Amino acid sequence: MGAVVALSNLLDARQVWRGRAAPLPEGEQPTGWPALDAALPTRGWPDAALTEILLPADGIGELQLLLPTLARLTQGQRPVLLIAPPYAPCAMGWRQHGVNLQQLEIVDADAKQMLWAAEQCLRSGSCAAVLAWPQQADDRSLRRLQVAADAGRALAFVFRDRKHLANASPASLRLELSVAPHTLIHIRKCRGGNAPAQAIALERDSVLPGTGRHASLVQAVHQRMHDTAGAGLCGIPLQKNAAS
Amino acid sequence: MLWACLLLPQLALDGVLRRRADDSPLVLVDGPANARSIVAANASARAAGLYLGQRLTAAQALLAQFEVMSYDPAEVERWQQFLAGVAYRYSSQVALLPHAIVLEISKSQSLFGAWGKMAASLRQDFAELGFRHRMAAAPTPYGAYVLAGVGDGLAVFTQDALRRALDDVPLPQSRLPAHAVDALPRMGVRRLGPLLRMPRDGLQRRFGAELLQAMDRLTGEHPAGLDLYLPPDAVDWRIELSHEVENIAALVFPLKRMMSDLAAYLAGRDGGVQRFLLRLEQRDGTATEVPVGMLAPERGAEVLFEAARGRLERVQLSAPVLALRLVADDLPGFVPAGRDLFDERPANALSFEQLRERLRARLGDAAVYRLGTTIDPRPEHSQRIATQNDSFIEPRPRPTWLLQRPLPWRGPMHVLAGPERMETGWWDGDTVRRDYYVVENAQGQRAWVFCAAGEQCGWMLHGWFA
Repeated sequence: MGAVVALSNLLDARQVWRGRAAPLPEGEQPTGWPALDAALPTRGWPDAALTEILLPADGIGELQLLLPTLARLTQGQRPVLLIAPPYAPCAMGWRQHGVNLQQLEIVDADAKQMLWAAEQCLRSGSCAAVLAWPQQADDRSLRRLQVAADAGRALAFVFRDRKHLANASPASLRLELSVAPHTLIHIRKCRGGNAPAQAIALERDSVLPGTGRHASLVQAVHQRMHDTAGAGLCGIPLQKNAAS
Repeated sequence: MLWACLLLPQLALDGVLRRRADDSPLVLVDGPANARSIVAANASARAAGLYLGQRLTAAQALLAQFEVMSYDPAEVERWQQFLAGVAYRYSSQVALLPHAIVLEISKSQSLFGAWGKMAASLRQDFAELGFRHRMAAAPTPYGAYVLAGVGDGLAVFTQDALRRALDDVPLPQSRLPAHAVDALPRMGVRRLGPLLRMPRDGLQRRFGAELLQAMDRLTGEHPAGLDLYLPPDAVDWRIELSHEVENIAALVFPLKRMMSDLAAYLAGRDGGVQRFLLRLEQRDGTATEVPVGMLAPERGAEVLFEAARGRLERVQLSAPVLALRLVADDLPGFVPAGRDLFDERPANALSFEQLRERLRARLGDAAVYRLGTTIDPRPEHSQRIATQNDSFIEPRPRPTWLLQRPLPWRGPMHVLAGPERMETGWWDGDTVRRDYYVVENAQGQRAWVFCAAGEQCGWMLHGWFA
């Protein structure tokens, strides 16, 4: 019978090799949201990897989450590609957030071709980031995107419906957005660390351009709409931003 | 003067072999229909025992399965013209001789390096295109032509060295007029050296001025008087396929060859191609035309192939294809894209232009675009596909997603900003009188909605502040 050996003795004698994951590079791709950066183990987006963003509905701030990053990347040499976006991007709206439209390329592709297109763009190494809205994407196709992002040293963002949360995903980072009643970011999976349980609030109020500097140009009316439900909904007074 | 000669001993066969992917026995035959004989055979046919000059019937008795194609002198000439275009890259003075190309290289050496280096690069170009060749250099074009026939890689740089090199050349390889080559050995003259030293007046009397002229051109006493090759300004090439092709995938190999030929040709004339036409000639007499257009002139073989292949793959064939034809009328100048000396991208990276061509080839010509803004405030007209930049920033809130067509909006909401009155467009009949609001609903969706000016019903959704 083998004698009982304390684990610490084995470790001290260097007879047991302990594997450690290589530390991930930190802070190379800041998200532009300090609270989110602080919560992520890479202190920013995982570089050259796939990030999956799960949404309950369109228009809850999913682009706003990325716009600081896109504004930063489009100032560089490599373009950012939007593959099969669900709506037409509003050029002025993007420019208001500092995105250089000269480095923003839009690719129209049908549901079958879009994963091919996204993979080609990521693998080419000539794109800074690729944003894709796949209609149907299984585990295998996402894994292909993840590998392609690694090969082409590009950021990949995939927007999907929240119902896919239950399925496993090869993405390096999975974020879920929820609204209750303000937009919250839940980190569901992140490579290189445990996902923090705490949700991060996405500050959306400060983003309406024109409500700050150009407040005088906008006739801000705090108005209660007549609506079918007639519930007591109150608007957010815009003077709050105008003062800042 | 220094001339290089590229001797192409089996031009016809190479021209056929290079568009075949496999190595099954193949022979070229020529002659009258009842007495066809083999004029060229590939390696596997020769290994099976077929030889040049053999009757086709005898060959068929020897080998059950082999492919027979007829020798086409027009095809040979076409290949020679094409290779002259490739060689044109190295010199502006290129001329054609039977089964050979000669080019003047004394001035090109300062650009391409000394003869050894330049020969290696020429050899590489020709080998990549799939043409066997022998090479020699000499101060006269005919001298180089004769030396290339004697041995591969001979190079002499002075008149004296040329004379010494020609001394030992047997007369049958001297490329002198045939009647003299036939008669001289019977007079005891078997090599070029003794012939060159013979008294000229006697030779002239016996063989005429023709022989003396040929000898003078050989040694450089007399100018060669060659017609120089001029590259044509348009490309019109045709490949006849050896089988009927019913499947586009089977066209990929000939297409690839054709595109690398086009790239080599374009490199020769330092140009590019922006749009060209592929014609698939079909058995029923019709032709399917596949136009290939790129955003900028290109000349890389890979780029051209990708662009052509992507468009070809979307073609539905109505009948089997017999031949593939390439027409390019417009060959603009080519400006290579500048690249960073210290490029940080991965080694296998494509340039963005290449990527864009690849995407366009598969997804359609209009599939990749950029947006720009216009000065029109109406959202329907406020943006267009554009390449130039504009720095105007709208002070009022604009969404990030815009719906192509406004949709009716229902449900409870509260206003975050608005109204923004938009009353314009009277000049082109598309009048807009709307009040725009930024609203948010209970699901947290932030939307850009409008209603008729002054009213507060009939809400239409026009964008999302995503």
